[in-house]
Amino acid sequence: MPIAVAIAVLVFGSVAFHLLSPWWRTPIASNWGSIDSALDVTLWICAAAFVLLNLFLAWALVRYRHRPGHHAHYEPENSRLEKRLTFWTAIGIAGMLAPGLAAWGKFVSVPKDATIIEAVGQQWQWSFRYPGPDGVLGAAAVKYVTPDNVLGLDPLDPYGRDDLLIETGDLHLPLGKPVKILLRSKDVLHDFYVPEFRAKMDLVPGIVTYFWMTPTKTGTFDILCAELCGTGHHQMRGKVVVETPKAFAAWQAQQSSFGQILAEAPPAAMSILLIKANACTVPASWSIR
Amino acid sequence: MATTLADDLRPLHHPHSWVTRYIWSQDHKVIAIQYSCTAIAIGLVALVLSALMRLQLGFPGAFPAITPDNYLQFVSMHGMIMVVYLLTALLLGGFGNYLIPLMIGARDMVFPFVNMLSYWFYLLSVIVLVAGFFVPGGPTGAGWTLYPPQAISEGTPGHQWGIVTMLVSLAIFVAAFTMGGLNYVTTVLQARTRGMTLMRMPLSVWGIFTASVMGLLAFPALFVAAIMMLFDHLAGTSFFMPTMQSAGAITSTQGGSPLLFQHLFWFFGHPEVYIVALPAFGIVSDLVSVHARRNIFGYRMMVWAIVIIGALSFLVWAHHMYVSGMNPYFGFFFATSTLIIAIPTAIKVYNWMLTLWRGNIHMRVPMLFAIAFIFTFIHGGLSGLFLGNVSVDVPLSDTFFVVAHFHMVMGVSPVLVIFGAIYHWYPKITGRMWNETLGKLHFWITFLGVYAIFLPMHYLGILGVPRRYYALGQADFIPPSVHLANQWISIAALAVFAAQSLFFFNMIWSLFRGPKADPNPWGAASLEWQTPQTPPAHGNWGPKLPIVYRWAYDYSVPGAERDFIPQTEPRA
Repeated sequence: MPIAVAIAVLVFGSVAFHLLSPWWRTPIASNWGSIDSALDVTLWICAAAFVLLNLFLAWALVRYRHRPGHHAHYEPENSRLEKRLTFWTAIGIAGMLAPGLAAWGKFVSVPKDATIIEAVGQQWQWSFRYPGPDGVLGAAAVKYVTPDNVLGLDPLDPYGRDDLLIETGDLHLPLGKPVKILLRSKDVLHDFYVPEFRAKMDLVPGIVTYFWMTPTKTGTFDILCAELCGTGHHQMRGKVVVETPKAFAAWQAQQSSFGQILAEAPPAAMSILLIKANACTVPASWSIR
Repeated sequence: MATTLADDLRPLHHPHSWVTRYIWSQDHKVIAIQYSCTAIAIGLVALVLSALMRLQLGFPGAFPAITPDNYLQFVSMHGMIMVVYLLTALLLGGFGNYLIPLMIGARDMVFPFVNMLSYWFYLLSVIVLVAGFFVPGGPTGAGWTLYPPQAISEGTPGHQWGIVTMLVSLAIFVAAFTMGGLNYVTTVLQARTRGMTLMRMPLSVWGIFTASVMGLLAFPALFVAAIMMLFDHLAGTSFFMPTMQSAGAITSTQGGSPLLFQHLFWFFGHPEVYIVALPAFGIVSDLVSVHARRNIFGYRMMVWAIVIIGALSFLVWAHHMYVSGMNPYFGFFFATSTLIIAIPTAIKVYNWMLTLWRGNIHMRVPMLFAIAFIFTFIHGGLSGLFLGNVSVDVPLSDTFFVVAHFHMVMGVSPVLVIFGAIYHWYPKITGRMWNETLGKLHFWITFLGVYAIFLPMHYLGILGVPRRYYALGQADFIPPSVHLANQWISIAALAVFAAQSLFFFNMIWSLFRGPKADPNPWGAASLEWQTPQTPPAHGNWGPKLPIVYRWAYDYSVPGAERDFIPQTEPRA
């Protein structure tokens, strides 16, 4: 009997906790409202199942508790009932899966006009790269990294010269424009995570990963790392500033390009850089478009 | 009917001394107890680690002795110990060993020597694992998932020696499991007594049997992953290692794929969830049926659900990898397969409830744990639908929501079943009865406590609080109330931690001082309660094997004189 009461109390308590708890999604700042809606649909279907099943459980525990003269009913199967339950469960599952997959369909289709921006992770900081006026990111790889070429751009790739490099500053994004964020890691796994954007994706050394989104709200948001990356994982923070396209353009105009950085580098550093590139044979066409 | 092996007394190894009876024992019951005690002992280490983690999370800064490195080491060791060395070992090595021969009417496992070897390999794996605490740099802090490159790279605690002890220990564990698993599978298929058809076996045996088959198929993936990472670490290969920057220099590794490891790991890791869950499902079915005095509802459906879940669980592994950077189109397939698994799983839940429905429910301690399992499993199963539903997973992955979900579904739920099972079979195993009041007290603090721990965690996760963080630090989206929640969660966790002493006290005290138990105190129909001696003697059945005439669930049969009919009772 106490267990039946406890279960009923926990059910109502959970519902009350849901309604009263101060913790819920952060206000959304991207186009991924479809993810939030899929979560809501999932939540409502699951909440209904949670309440119904557990209240049935609590009721059965009271109604069929042991007492003198009470006997259990012998009934090995009831295939009609089992089939019905299977059917309705399948309906509920399909009801959740449909919006989930629909949102995923959008998630995997990057708009053609999306601006390309790169986020680079290393233990334990974020850097960023913009493609510059040509709209193409130059080739980059860890093997090119030198103290003067922190993001590892291929010095021989002409597409890279106009790339804007933000080695320690904030990421800026223009409001209302779709962006495809390319993700590259210099060392271990990381994960580009801004709770308000909903989307997140791992950075995997050796390959370039990506996700896309459209910022829908101006403001400054925290970037966190969501994939365990060592001792400083919890301190790997950054900021993303979403601003109007005009403010964004003004900010971009102040950033220095890879070409400028190369021009300022002393000759000794240049030669190290070129030795790293090591290849008269590396095709310059490995640019990331 | 496989009676030849079961009738043959030759495989039975007769002990000649105290040492061969209790140490180098080949008796499945002794091995089961060895397995269980070792698993529970190492589980206590994991329990202490969890308390230390909660101290850090609840009161950041108050314990300067806990460094970020320590915290990650606690996280990693807690996870690995709980999943592999406690749950898998206890449910299969412990309960599997004890229950299979007794429930199917065999005298022992079919390969008693291999069974003994399995335990000693397991013990060795535990010793190597614990050695990780004493090597330079301490145990690995790469998370229980051990993802490369960080597991073997600069910047991760234990990347030099801790990871080696971990990987070697896992490889030994897999060898131990393989010896045990082959035994469980072969014994179920070959050593059932006369009349014990597959469809008359108790669901505990079905769950353990299916989990063993799955383990034999899934653990090799972990084994090769561990060996490959050992090569990467010690021999300079690049299976999982791309060209990367490490300690300021560019590594000489190239072309390896960190994602390959993740696929191998989760090809083991997801079935592993069900390797733990299926024995728990089976055992809880038996607890519910016995204590509700009612046949398990829809037995055939329950068996098929176990088998279907087992098969499907090999097709869902990449739902752990939606945001791993794998080809995102995989998401469609894995979300669909993952949500389909929910259907047979839901059927099992319905059938447990329908077993209670129209039953005659005795609220004994094992039943309380079984009911609590149904509640926590519903909760954890439903939150799993959020994470399986690909796009919904994106904001939730790597947050406290995930931590809350998997603890509810594969931490708390199987542990509740294990407690229920220990209380249920303790009278048979020891011949003594435990203290009811202490048992109930242990139950209530544990059940309500774990819910207080994990319910709020879901909401912190929805807010976006990331997991595996030593300290949350400053972030605009994290209000001060989150820190308060973390404190309360820690207090609840410490209460649950302390309450486990009630369990240990009860079990140990009752072993010596508990009243003598009835051979069949619950009035159960299955074979293990019909042994001639309690606790069962070596060889289990005396001179003659039992003969089975009916299924294990003849409870409250109309017209029968008692409310249960043992499987050994001939049909009228």
